[in-house]
Amino acid sequence: MRIFSTSLVNSRKWMQATLLLLASVLFLGVGDDARFQSLGHKLMCVCGCNQILLECNHVGCSYSERMRGELAETVDKGGNDDLMLQVFVQKYGPTVIAAPTTTGFNMVAWIMPFVVLLAGTGLVVWVVRTWKNRPAPAMAMGVQPAQGSDLEKFREQARSETEL
Amino acid sequence: MAQYGGLGLFLILVQSAPSFSDTWALFFATHAATLGSWFLLLALALSVYCFAAGWLGLLGRDAASERIGETARRAGIAVFYIVLLAGITLVAAAFQDNFSLTYILHHSNRELPIAYKFAVLWSGQEGSLLFWALLLSAYGFVLRLRHKTDPRLFAHASVIIAAVQVFFLLLVNFAAHPFGITQGALPADGNGLNPLLQYPEMVIHPPMLYLGYVGFTVPFAFGLGALIMRYPGEKWIHITRRWTMVTWAFLTIGIFLGSHWAYNVLGWGGYWSWDPVENASFMPWLTGNAFLHSVMMQEKRGMLKVWNIWLVFSTFLLSILGTFLTRSGIVSSVHAFAQSSIGTWFLAFIVLTLAVCVFAFVKNRDHLKTEHRLESLVSRESSFLFNNLLLLVACFVVLWGTFFPVLSEWIQGNKVTVGGPFFNKVNIPIALLLLLLTAVGPLLSWRKTSTDSIRRNFQWPAIGALVVAILLLIFGVRPWVDSSYFYSLMTISLSALVLFTIASEFIRGGRVISKHTGQNLLVSITQLGRRNTRRYGGYIVHIGVVIVFVGIAGSAFNVDKEMEMSYGDKMQIGSYELICRSYTQEDKPNYGSEWAIMDVFKGGKQIDTLYPERRFYKASQQTATMVANHSTLKEDLYVVYEGLNQDTGRPILKVHVNPLVNWIWIGVIIMILGTIMAMLPNTMPAPARVFARVPAPVTGD
Repeated sequence: MRIFSTSLVNSRKWMQATLLLLASVLFLGVGDDARFQSLGHKLMCVCGCNQILLECNHVGCSYSERMRGELAETVDKGGNDDLMLQVFVQKYGPTVIAAPTTTGFNMVAWIMPFVVLLAGTGLVVWVVRTWKNRPAPAMAMGVQPAQGSDLEKFREQARSETEL
Repeated sequence: MAQYGGLGLFLILVQSAPSFSDTWALFFATHAATLGSWFLLLALALSVYCFAAGWLGLLGRDAASERIGETARRAGIAVFYIVLLAGITLVAAAFQDNFSLTYILHHSNRELPIAYKFAVLWSGQEGSLLFWALLLSAYGFVLRLRHKTDPRLFAHASVIIAAVQVFFLLLVNFAAHPFGITQGALPADGNGLNPLLQYPEMVIHPPMLYLGYVGFTVPFAFGLGALIMRYPGEKWIHITRRWTMVTWAFLTIGIFLGSHWAYNVLGWGGYWSWDPVENASFMPWLTGNAFLHSVMMQEKRGMLKVWNIWLVFSTFLLSILGTFLTRSGIVSSVHAFAQSSIGTWFLAFIVLTLAVCVFAFVKNRDHLKTEHRLESLVSRESSFLFNNLLLLVACFVVLWGTFFPVLSEWIQGNKVTVGGPFFNKVNIPIALLLLLLTAVGPLLSWRKTSTDSIRRNFQWPAIGALVVAILLLIFGVRPWVDSSYFYSLMTISLSALVLFTIASEFIRGGRVISKHTGQNLLVSITQLGRRNTRRYGGYIVHIGVVIVFVGIAGSAFNVDKEMEMSYGDKMQIGSYELICRSYTQEDKPNYGSEWAIMDVFKGGKQIDTLYPERRFYKASQQTATMVANHSTLKEDLYVVYEGLNQDTGRPILKVHVNPLVNWIWIGVIIMILGTIMAMLPNTMPAPARVFARVPAPVTGD
């Protein structure tokens, strides 16, 4: 039993080491600059220009330069991305975040499009199935519609003769 | 002497021409407000007559009703001339620097270049509404001239257009009058045109966009008219489709020019920011696009009649909603006009129009009944349904994201920002699904597609797309590092899939023609396009869309750098080296400017010299950026002069390297060409080579 638990601990250590190695390879180069860029694109300039913080290019904009400085400082200090964004929310209000958060009512903003997509897909599938299950219109007397392999043969002939 | 009377009059006129024109100019300058106001009132009266008499004319079917209807049609034609005169009056006032008109005072100045004096017409709230009324009257003019195509349907459409015209003329007469008079002493000069609009493309962008917005009134008028009159058959849909294509093409050009302008003037390095006003133009574009696809179901199979009617209605309502967004100020936007009470007018109009649409639909819905029947889930019909679903969900996302801040304020009491990150995150997966459908859809047959046929048509394009994906991975695109790389890889691979399927369609069709006519494959492919312009024009549009997608996918690899530079300073970005050769200032009558001279090197060789500039417009006291761009098919080296550091006196430059941006503009041009091709009539099929049996010569006796 002890041997088993020791091997389990060892394998766990190996797994952790492998994950750490994998993570360091994957996120190689994702340093402070990348983080600054990533966070800077999640924030808005609050001068009223309606632009993403790192895209505001007003000369003498009284906000963007200061905000960029604050962001660089926050990134230097390190910490969780969400906490860094919260610092800006506390200072400039909720409109400083460029997209709704995933908490409370704001979550609805994210969920609704996918609800509509799913509902729409369901509706289309239902409509197509309903239309498919409708009976074929009655044919004129004596006319036999081609079916099964005959129909496939005609389709194949049309395709090979025209392909259009 | 009588025979010289004409010549004498001519000589008198020539001699007095200068004084006559001066007198006219003086008269015009002093009476522009009166003239313009009267033109607008007259146009309103004629529109009301066109609507009322046109309606009366439609109630009966006797000769008297017909005569009344004809007077309405003529009144509608006259509206165009009168509104045109009002428009000319306003532009002429801009040319004359007639600051007694408040509108001219606020939107023009003496030093404004001539081309931009025309742009004054649509640069402000009142003028742009007048411009809207003018374009609507122009569409109505063309429609009324072509009434013989189908007199009764066109008469219905004419009445509906007149109703919309009445609304816009009411606006310019009573809510946003462009001929208002300046109170108090006249200033020596006007406030000038918004400097952001003083760019060549800005002379074309708004008219194109408006032609798109306003143009959707015509399909709406035909759709509503056909529903009200219970139009028999599908002819109305053919007519509507053509008008929708024209309008959609204008809107595409308008959106394209707007993006191109934003990229070159706003100087933030991008071309689309999901601003509410951009969204407003995108929504009717998406529903118009959905209609252009679903209309084929009605034409070919008589299906989706209800759906198509509502798509036409929605597209029109969305274009009005867009205008409401721009004018009401309920959402914050860089484009928004001054906030005013005009939003209430638009809201009332939207509600009224929706009520009319619902009433007409409920009253005549039995006319739209069809016996839908599908043979298979795997068919062209299903693909169109899913295409429409995705386009409409994309439209919903845009609408939802645009209005969510308002909703949030109502419910939570505080506004939130819904910007680019939201729209990109939600819409990109939808766009990728749409791209997949663009590849699969054309390979499916109407009614039913066999598995064998899918495999046969799809295997080579799929292999091609897979090869492209592998090549991208080999060349260093790492989808697991960042979601933007993943989306980029997917976009380019799916774009390749679409291109390969379209190419296979062209080749397959070309081979058939080649087999029947004996011509070579290339000639046969060309002929193929001419024989079925609509289908192959549509494929060209798809090629354009794909190229646009590839261009957008390039944005995942954008890099930028900001630096304060002095004489001889170097900046390294990507494979480029920029050296600041000089920086200076200049003063011109309309504006003052600061600019830098940047030498651009690549691989140690100088490849270009760029002049990024920042202007300060004197009249409006506003600044504008003139981006310097070294643009190639591979990437743009985009240099922005951000301004002078007040402490050091040195310029701050922001440099972006944006890959594949040119592909977007090329893609849009291809889309437009494809749309034009799809509107052209088909040519006659080439005669096939037929091997006739020649009777054997008679031999013997």
